[in-house]
Amino acid sequence: MFSLLRSMWLVFLHTFHKRETYQYPEEKAPLPARWRGRIALTRDPDGGERCVGCYLCAAACPVDCISLQATEAPDGRRYPSFFRINFSRCIFCGFCEEACPTYAIQLLPDFEMAEYDRQNLVYEKEDLLINSEGKYPGYNYYRVAGMAIAGKDKGEAQHEEPPVDVRSLLP
Amino acid sequence: MEAHYWWVIGGVLFTLLNTAAGLIWLERRMLALWQDRYGPNRAGPFGILIVLADTLKLFFKEDWIPPFADKVVFVFAPAVVVASVLMAFAVVPFGPNIVVADMNIGLLFFLAMSSLGVYSIVLGGWASNNKYALLGAMRGASQMISYEVFMGLALMGTVVLSGTFNLGKIVEAQRGMWYIFPQLLGFLIFFIAGIAETHRLPFDIPEAESELVAGFHSEYSGMKFGMFFIGEYLGITLISSMIVTLYFGGWLGPAFLPGVIWFILKTFVFISVFILLRASMPRPRYDQLMEYGWKVLFPLSLLNLLGTAAIKLLIDK
Amino acid sequence: MGTAFYIAAAVAILSTIMVITRYNIMHALLYFIVSLLSVAVVFYLYGAPFMAALEVIIYAGAIMVLIIFFVMMLSLGSQTAGEERSWMTPGVWIGPSILCLVLLGELVFLILQPAGPAGEVRVVEPKEVGLSLFGPYILAVELAGMLLMAGIVGAYHLGRQKKKIVHRFLQTPES
Repeated sequence: MFSLLRSMWLVFLHTFHKRETYQYPEEKAPLPARWRGRIALTRDPDGGERCVGCYLCAAACPVDCISLQATEAPDGRRYPSFFRINFSRCIFCGFCEEACPTYAIQLLPDFEMAEYDRQNLVYEKEDLLINSEGKYPGYNYYRVAGMAIAGKDKGEAQHEEPPVDVRSLLP
Repeated sequence: MEAHYWWVIGGVLFTLLNTAAGLIWLERRMLALWQDRYGPNRAGPFGILIVLADTLKLFFKEDWIPPFADKVVFVFAPAVVVASVLMAFAVVPFGPNIVVADMNIGLLFFLAMSSLGVYSIVLGGWASNNKYALLGAMRGASQMISYEVFMGLALMGTVVLSGTFNLGKIVEAQRGMWYIFPQLLGFLIFFIAGIAETHRLPFDIPEAESELVAGFHSEYSGMKFGMFFIGEYLGITLISSMIVTLYFGGWLGPAFLPGVIWFILKTFVFISVFILLRASMPRPRYDQLMEYGWKVLFPLSLLNLLGTAAIKLLIDK
Repeated sequence: MGTAFYIAAAVAILSTIMVITRYNIMHALLYFIVSLLSVAVVFYLYGAPFMAALEVIIYAGAIMVLIIFFVMMLSLGSQTAGEERSWMTPGVWIGPSILCLVLLGELVFLILQPAGPAGEVRVVEPKEVGLSLFGPYILAVELAGMLLMAGIVGAYHLGRQKKKIVHRFLQTPES
């Protein structure tokens, strides 16, 4: 009985405590840098798309909300011809970000994506691409990968030795 | 009937229904205050227009009667709760000469009406033809019947002291001393029984949304649910005003404010206590509630009545 | 007062007829409650407000709730209403009808007696009820008290827990 009265008194004392509410539309809650919010496709430092259309994100997605189609540019760079994320399905688990070998797909600290029309939640590539390098500034996939593209031949990537000419028998 | 009388009826009805609606807002604000939140604060000043929004929402919701329900009883049940509580308000003296029906048996009338309130729960739960609703109705019936007993017995203490069932005369009899002092035990029992009678939160076992979905009103929607909702708030107001009338001197108070204002102020203090209870208490188990009632409160209320009567006899001699 | 009495009496009679003729027991009970309430109104009109209040509190508020409570547990659906309908053949009515006619005859006989002047309504205060209960009728009160005591003892006997059931994790090894 006494403990009940005590808890009533303690709850009553909360009258004089500070309120913890964020008055949301005017006052935004601080989001941590690793908040898993809106998904974006980031760019290389030279402005090209990072995504190489490997489908790993689509395979990792547990709710199958990502669909894309890979093609290849004449200069040898692979890129997605379309890249579509259905945010009405997305559960913001971040598996696509972990699966991405080129750091292209990244989850940003932004959750304000409400729409009146459900169809507007399907984001196309132009909606997803952002003009930023995201969480990995300076990283350029084609500069560290061994693949040849226009302007960079094999063996010219960072930490890469020139390719061995297998037709020459000389050591 | 003179004009004064109709003004009283209209005023009481208007005030009560608005109070019940306003309590929606008050309860949310108070709960939020005690949980370090703001509560509704967008619509209108301090969010008071949430009442309007809520009412509109209730009116425009689909009023659905389940095909498996007993239709007549299903419609009838929510009306009972509001009707019985409003009837009980007829005998409450809001101020000197402000009372709808100045009955000689006012207190008994209040008890009768609050006992009729049980039917809304029982019939609502039964007519829904749903197992959760039935369980809620079952709990509600046994809880309310047993707590009515202690409620009546606890009130008899004040009747013994004042020698009348007329609520206005009971208030007048408290001019020397509020009955809270000689009847502290009776007040506590009445308060606890009142919470159980309105099935408010520590004792909201008929609803128990964490066990029984929503208990007896699981199947209700739209304005029928709204009637249960309003009935609950009216019930809180009724119990608070009865506490004020019987134990805290009703409309008596220092003369710088009129009696009605004193009455309303005191009533709101008790409504806030009800909300504070909701904010701070866990729900007891069903058998604990019944055991507490029959094994603690019942003997205590009998002792209270016996002691009061004995002391009254001694003093009169 | 006259109109109020006739309205209340008519409601009482009509609802009692409905009690008899309903096949759904829950509806019958609801009509019974209405009948009790209208009888309470009649009590109030004819100077027994205390009785009226007790009628509502005890009969309508407690006893009927208990009966409804048990009916509720039995879960009588529409098929029981059909069963009831099949039981209610015209032959069943004969016995009760004869008894009712006897009562009616008695009532008519009493009414036709040259009665004394119908005194005007005298309000019986709760105090008088109490005084007469503990004055001339003290024996009846004591007998009722004994009956209730026996009821309480019986309820205690029935409700006594034979065995405390403890969860197996809480059982002590020797038990």
